[in-house]
Amino acid sequence: MLRGLGKLTWLEIKIFLREPLGVVGAIGMPVLVFVVLGRLLGRRAAARSPDVASGVSVDVAVFATILIALAAVLSLITIISIYREGGILKRLRATPLRPETILTAHVVVKLVFTAATLALMIVVGARYYPMALDVRVVSFSLALLLSTTSILSTGFLIASIVPTARFAQPMASLILYPMIAISGLFVPVESLPTALQTVARLVPLTYAVSLLKGIWNGSAWSAHLLDIAALILVFVVCTALSAKLFRWE
Amino acid sequence: MIRQPVVQVSGIRKLYGATVAVDEVSFDVQEGEIFGLIGPNGAGKTTTMECVEGLRVPDRGTISVLALDPVRDARRLQNRIGVQLQEAQLQKRVKVWEAVDLWASLYPKTVNGDRLLEQLGLADKRDAWFMTLSGGQKQRLFIALALINDPEVVFLDELTTGLDPQARRAIWDLVRGIRARGKTVCLTTHLMEEAERLCDRVAIIEHGRIIDIDTPGRLVGRHCPERTVVLTTDDRTAEGRFRTIPLVDAVSRRDSRYTIRGRGEGMVTQVIDCLSEHRIRVTDFRTVLPNLEDVFLKLTGHSIRD
Ligand SMILES: Nc1ncnc2c1ncn2[C@@H]1O[C@H](COP(=O)(O)OP(=O)(O)OP(=O)(O)O)[C@@H](O)[C@H]1O
Ligand SMILES: [Mg+2]
Repeated sequence: MLRGLGKLTWLEIKIFLREPLGVVGAIGMPVLVFVVLGRLLGRRAAARSPDVASGVSVDVAVFATILIALAAVLSLITIISIYREGGILKRLRATPLRPETILTAHVVVKLVFTAATLALMIVVGARYYPMALDVRVVSFSLALLLSTTSILSTGFLIASIVPTARFAQPMASLILYPMIAISGLFVPVESLPTALQTVARLVPLTYAVSLLKGIWNGSAWSAHLLDIAALILVFVVCTALSAKLFRWE
Repeated sequence: MIRQPVVQVSGIRKLYGATVAVDEVSFDVQEGEIFGLIGPNGAGKTTTMECVEGLRVPDRGTISVLALDPVRDARRLQNRIGVQLQEAQLQKRVKVWEAVDLWASLYPKTVNGDRLLEQLGLADKRDAWFMTLSGGQKQRLFIALALINDPEVVFLDELTTGLDPQARRAIWDLVRGIRARGKTVCLTTHLMEEAERLCDRVAIIEHGRIIDIDTPGRLVGRHCPERTVVLTTDDRTAEGRFRTIPLVDAVSRRDSRYTIRGRGEGMVTQVIDCLSEHRIRVTDFRTVLPNLEDVFLKLTGHSIRD
C-alpha cells in the first residue's frame, strides 16, 4: 500500500506547474520541435512522392514520442538527485513515505505531462501529418504508456544510485541518447553490425521503438509480444533493483 | 511499578570512515521528561539523535525506543515519533499548508494542522512557498511537521538555532506544553541557557562521548559547588568576620566592595547569618551562582563556543 501517493502526486504536479519555464520546457518545446520538423521534412518529402511522405511522418512521430520519454527520464533523474542533495529525501525518510511511493509519484507526474504533450501534438500535428488521423490513437497511447513506464524505470535505477545532481544529467544523457542511434529508429536493427545488434537487443529503447513503430503502422498487438515482454521485464527488474539500492542521502 | 524508559541507548558507537563520531554512548530517557544533549559543534549530537531516530545504523551497541528497534521496526515506530532534523529542506515551491497537509495524510492519527501553524506563529504564512520563508520560519515549519502526528516522543535537533529571542521563548513554551501532555522530548542544543531552562536532564557530550548526565541543578552542584557573594559595606570590621565563616575560602576587597568566595550550598546562608549577627549594614548584596556554562568549562577545559 502506498500511503500518501495521491497527495504527493498532486502536490508534485502543482509544484511542477509553478516552476518558471516548467510547462514550456516539458510540453511546449517537444510540440514546437515536432511542428518544425514536420513542416521541414514533410514539405521536402511531399515534393518527391506521397509514399516517402508517409514514411517520414512515421519516423518523426515515433522519434518525437521517444524524445518526450527520454526528456521525462532525464527530468526524473534530475529531480530525484536535487531532492537527495537538498536533504528533502532525508526529511521524507523520517516519515512513513516509502521510496517506492516517492518514485511512483514522480513517474505518474511524468506520465501525466507526457500524455498532455502527446494530446497536444495530435491536435497540432493533425495539420502537418494527415496520416496521424488514421492512427489508432488509443492503441498508440497505450504503447507509449508502456514504453515510457519501462524507460522511466531505467531512470529510477539511475536516479537511485547517481551521487550528485551535477553528475546526474550528463551521466543519464550519456547512457540514454546513444541508445537512440541503435534503437532501430533511423536504421533497422537488422542492418546494424552484429556486435551492435547484440547491444541493441539489450537496450530497452529498441523494444519501445519496435512496438511504437509497429502500432503506429497498424500492426496487431499480438505481433509484438516479445517487445511487450521485454519492456515489462525491464520495468520489473529496474523497479526491484532501485527499491533495493535507493539512497536517501 | 518501574516504567521502562522510553528511550534506551546502550554503548553505541558510530564511525564515518576513520572518524569516530560517537563512542560508548549510553543514556535513558524517561517518559514525560525533556532530555537534552548538549555539546559543541561536531560533538556527535546529531549522529546520536539520528541513530535513535532510526536514520543511521550504529556500528555497535543497542537502541530501543518505545520498546521497539529503530531500524528493524522503523515503520511501526515512525507513526509514534516526531522528528525535526538539524538540516532539512522541502520542495522550493511547496506551500506551507500543502506540506502540513501532505504530512497529515501520512499518519493514522493527527492533530489539527491549522492550529499547529497558529501556535507556531505561521498562520499568516499558510500560502507562502517554502523558498520564501525566513530561516526561523522554516525551522518553525519543521517543528510543526514533527508534531503533526501527535507523537509520543519528539526529537528536536537544534530546535531554536536561527530563531530570534521571542520565537525562541515561544518554542520553549511549546516544548513545555508537549511535556505537559505527558509526551517525551529529546533535544539537542548548544545554548546552555536553553538546556538549563528547558531540560529536566541533560547529557554533556564531547568528542563523541558522554561526560556526565544529570539535572542541570545537580550537574552544577556536583561540578561547580563554588558560590560567590558580592556585597558593599562601610563596616571596617567586616573583612575579619567574613574570614571566620566556615564555608568561606577567600575574601577580597576593593574599597568598600567585598567578594566572598566559598563552596557548598550553605555558604550563602552562613554569610547572611554573619551579617545579621554582627549587625553589619550592607548597601548592596548579590550572589553569583555557577551555571551549566561553568560546568562545561570545568569538565572540558574550554568554553562551548571555542
Ligand atoms: N555524513 C558524515 N560523513 C562523515 N563525517 C560525518 C558525517 N556526519 C557527521 N560527521 C562527523 O561526525 C562528527 C559528529 O558530527 P555530528 O553532526 O554528530 O555533530 P553535532 O554534535 O551534531 O555538531 P553540531 O553542533 O555542529 O550540529 C563530526 O566530526 C563530523 O565531522
Ligand atoms: Mg548537530
